[in-house]
Amino acid sequence: MSTIFLLLILLLGFLITFQIAKASEYVGVLKGEKKNFEANNRINGFLMIAFLVLGLIGVYWCNELYRGKILGESASKHGEQIDTMMYITIAITGVVFVITQILLFWFAYKYQYSEKRTAYYFPHDNRLEIIWTVVPAIALTVLVGFGLFYWFRITGEAPADAAQVEVTGKQFGWIFRYPGKDGVFGKKYYKNIDEAAGNSLGLLWDDPSGHDDLVVGNELYIEVLKPIKLIINSRDVVHDVGLVHFRQKMDAVPGTPTTMWFIPKFTTDEMKKREKNPDFEYELSCDQMCGKGHFTMRAVVKVVTHDELILWKAKQKAAYVLAFPDKDPSTQPKIDTLPKNPSTAGIN
Amino acid sequence: MSNEATLHGHAGAATSHDVDVHHDEHGHHKETFITKYVFSQDHKMIAKQFLITGMIWAILGGLMSVLFRLQLGYPDAHFQILEDLLGSKWAKGGQIQPEFYYALVTMHGTVLVFFVLTGGLSGTFANFLIPLQLGARDMASPFLNMLSYWFFWLASVVMLSSLFVETGPASGGWTSYPPLSALGDASEGSKVGMDLWITSMALFVVSSLLGGLNYISTILNLRTKGMSMTRMPLTIWALLFTAILGVLSFPVLLSGFILLLFDRHGGTSFYLSDIYIASGKALPNEGGSAILYQHLFWFLGHPEVYIIILPAMGLVSEVMSVNARKPIFGYMAMVGSMFAIAVLAFLVWAHHMFVTGLNPFLGSVFVLLTLLIAVPSAIKVFNWLTTLWKGNIRFTPAMLFAIGFVSMFISGGLTGIFLGNSTLDIQLHDTMFVIAHFHIVMGVSGILGMFAGIYHWFPKMYGRYLNNTMAYIHFWITLVGAYLIFWPMHYEGLAGMPRRYLDTSGWVSFNQFGGLNRFISTVAMIVFAAQLLFVFNFFYSIFKGRKVITQNPWGATTLEWTAPIRPGHGNWPGEIPEVHRWAYDYAKDGRDFIPQTEPLGSNESAH
Repeated sequence: MSTIFLLLILLLGFLITFQIAKASEYVGVLKGEKKNFEANNRINGFLMIAFLVLGLIGVYWCNELYRGKILGESASKHGEQIDTMMYITIAITGVVFVITQILLFWFAYKYQYSEKRTAYYFPHDNRLEIIWTVVPAIALTVLVGFGLFYWFRITGEAPADAAQVEVTGKQFGWIFRYPGKDGVFGKKYYKNIDEAAGNSLGLLWDDPSGHDDLVVGNELYIEVLKPIKLIINSRDVVHDVGLVHFRQKMDAVPGTPTTMWFIPKFTTDEMKKREKNPDFEYELSCDQMCGKGHFTMRAVVKVVTHDELILWKAKQKAAYVLAFPDKDPSTQPKIDTLPKNPSTAGIN
Repeated sequence: MSNEATLHGHAGAATSHDVDVHHDEHGHHKETFITKYVFSQDHKMIAKQFLITGMIWAILGGLMSVLFRLQLGYPDAHFQILEDLLGSKWAKGGQIQPEFYYALVTMHGTVLVFFVLTGGLSGTFANFLIPLQLGARDMASPFLNMLSYWFFWLASVVMLSSLFVETGPASGGWTSYPPLSALGDASEGSKVGMDLWITSMALFVVSSLLGGLNYISTILNLRTKGMSMTRMPLTIWALLFTAILGVLSFPVLLSGFILLLFDRHGGTSFYLSDIYIASGKALPNEGGSAILYQHLFWFLGHPEVYIIILPAMGLVSEVMSVNARKPIFGYMAMVGSMFAIAVLAFLVWAHHMFVTGLNPFLGSVFVLLTLLIAVPSAIKVFNWLTTLWKGNIRFTPAMLFAIGFVSMFISGGLTGIFLGNSTLDIQLHDTMFVIAHFHIVMGVSGILGMFAGIYHWFPKMYGRYLNNTMAYIHFWITLVGAYLIFWPMHYEGLAGMPRRYLDTSGWVSFNQFGGLNRFISTVAMIVFAAQLLFVFNFFYSIFKGRKVITQNPWGATTLEWTAPIRPGHGNWPGEIPEVHRWAYDYAKDGRDFIPQTEPLGSNESAH
């Protein structure tokens, strides 16, 4: 009912506007075309300058209103670099924005039609044109330079001592796999996936290095201040691992594994205090359109201390054990292969 | 001076010149309703067909955005009327369902990008202005031109029909990335809806190619005597580069779609590999690359944004020069920068793919090339600013939209510097920041440029004026509203709020913008209503607007204003005019303007 009411009001508004518009057209003719034009030109000229002033105030006000609501301090070392880059870019583009918008609307206002003025024939000026080719080029070179410097640091190889977790996206959730004590992920093949038999990733059970792999859904546990490398897969369509607080993002593509790495700076508990929000969680969001449940595709990242992580892992059962409860969980599966990466063995 | 007109009915018969020649006088066959209004081969009629079809799509596409903004702004509200109108499948309990939400955003994007801002914008103004501003009687091939429109029409019909299939229209986003778009099991919208989407887009590509080839050959071959390339108005340059971009990039898109079609129905594995669908089956496809599609898509997808913005730039340059009563500043720099943009447009596509796992080195090359585009863009902006400087500005509705365009283009262009920098793109990719950026720089700027064109050339199209008061209201609501809608969205993006989230209530990190989302949705509805005001003004004025009684109401130099007020098929009743000078002799030698047809004076230097 209220909708129809609203639509009626809208229609009425249209009719009134139309009548005014029509009437003003008649009045314009009566007043004389030239006078009418000059009056309208003055109004629009004034609105130009009003728009500029109110607009700049609005921009400032909007910034005051929301700057507290955008991300605070980055929770990863890489994020600090992205934030620095962001501030450099905001500063440069901000200056350009204010200057050009002021020039645009100020010129529009100042050089509005006047009977006394004739326009100035000024078809080109090579000096000016060179200035505004070269200056933006220099500014952009600076931005490209900073940008690529950070880009290569962020996308470079992960440190050798980085912990590894495999992330797999699916409609609509996340599966995490830890390599277990041996530090090696067991082999997998997507045709072996069998949810009913407890094999959500298609692990090959005849590969013993996979027998100690942990497979956990929707919660990622990582250690604070230790480099973490995520190996990202998808089981069905393209997803994207988005980690806002760590300023990280990488697509999950079926058939083509991708990676990202970063160093978390604060544990979840520390962040709860820093953000003064007891409900704070690091969230992992899907940032690539993946179907009807896209907006619910959430996982929680728990950043914990070294000891807490060991404790948590100790409580988990390996996927192999969960799939075959008859294999005695108390006896460790035999490990035939040595850990490939001895430095990661310690934390597992 | 502008607007020298009287009200229709009053002294309307007193045409001041004997230029109101209705029909072609050079012995044409008799035109029937069908050949004049339906299967017309007159470029002016085809332009109007493109324009009105584009407007219908703009209304539908805008309405879709109102619907999904309703959900985004009021995720908990129940609008019973939605269930009544859309049925309980799409709007159960008066709430937009996720499948329908995604179908709406997909259709909104596809329709606005392709049908409105490509078909509607290029189709209208390339058809209308190229022959008129070049001094040609029609396009190089009027028949292909007619086909171009009717393929567009067919594409429209197929796209429209996809809204009515049971499983709904395509819903994988306007980019339609596979595997989501390839697998009916992954999404309802990837069933019949997706096939219709691909069919419609293929027809659209055909339309675009027929049109583009025609525009290029007309511009290169059918310029009137004296109309050298460097005397062409910037509109024509812009439309030329646009057509070249389209001809070179649309076929690549089509090839991407055809491979997608094969993957969907032919059992091939171009894009598919290692897929296990939640319904419990592992697909046999192995070895394909989902990223391949993204390369093929963005090889068109990025030039596409220039296909949208270049014609707008051309229209704005022309309108701005005419109404500042000053030559456009730096004509050759304007042409050169458009050329640079057109070349670079092909070399930046992978900046949409920085976080797909692209090799970081390759990424860095694309960063460099992407930010390079900012240089010609900056040149254009400063040239527009200098065109206003020391002008004598008439705020006609077209001029207002042209100034609004420059403002929007600056704002959106600057945020492009953020997104083109791969380091920042890591954080901003696929967030609301991207939505804000491309809506401002492509959507709003494109549509403002289009409005500038419509308001400026409406008198030439229909021999009548649009109502100025409604135009002013339309402009100010649109400009202010566009900033109110899209400016705060940057903050949502900086906070990392992903795009295509219809409800953030399940999240700790993105749920702080409820009030803002309501505000944006409310403004969006007001702005949409203002567009309806324009539509009303448009159709009302075609029939009842003030009549144009002077041949050259804006005091412009270009050739279209030397044609009769209502030109027939063939445009000029007698000889085609000859051109003696460039298109921007305003305020030269103390004269308000000098038409292109006027020979150089004895002691006058050519530009």
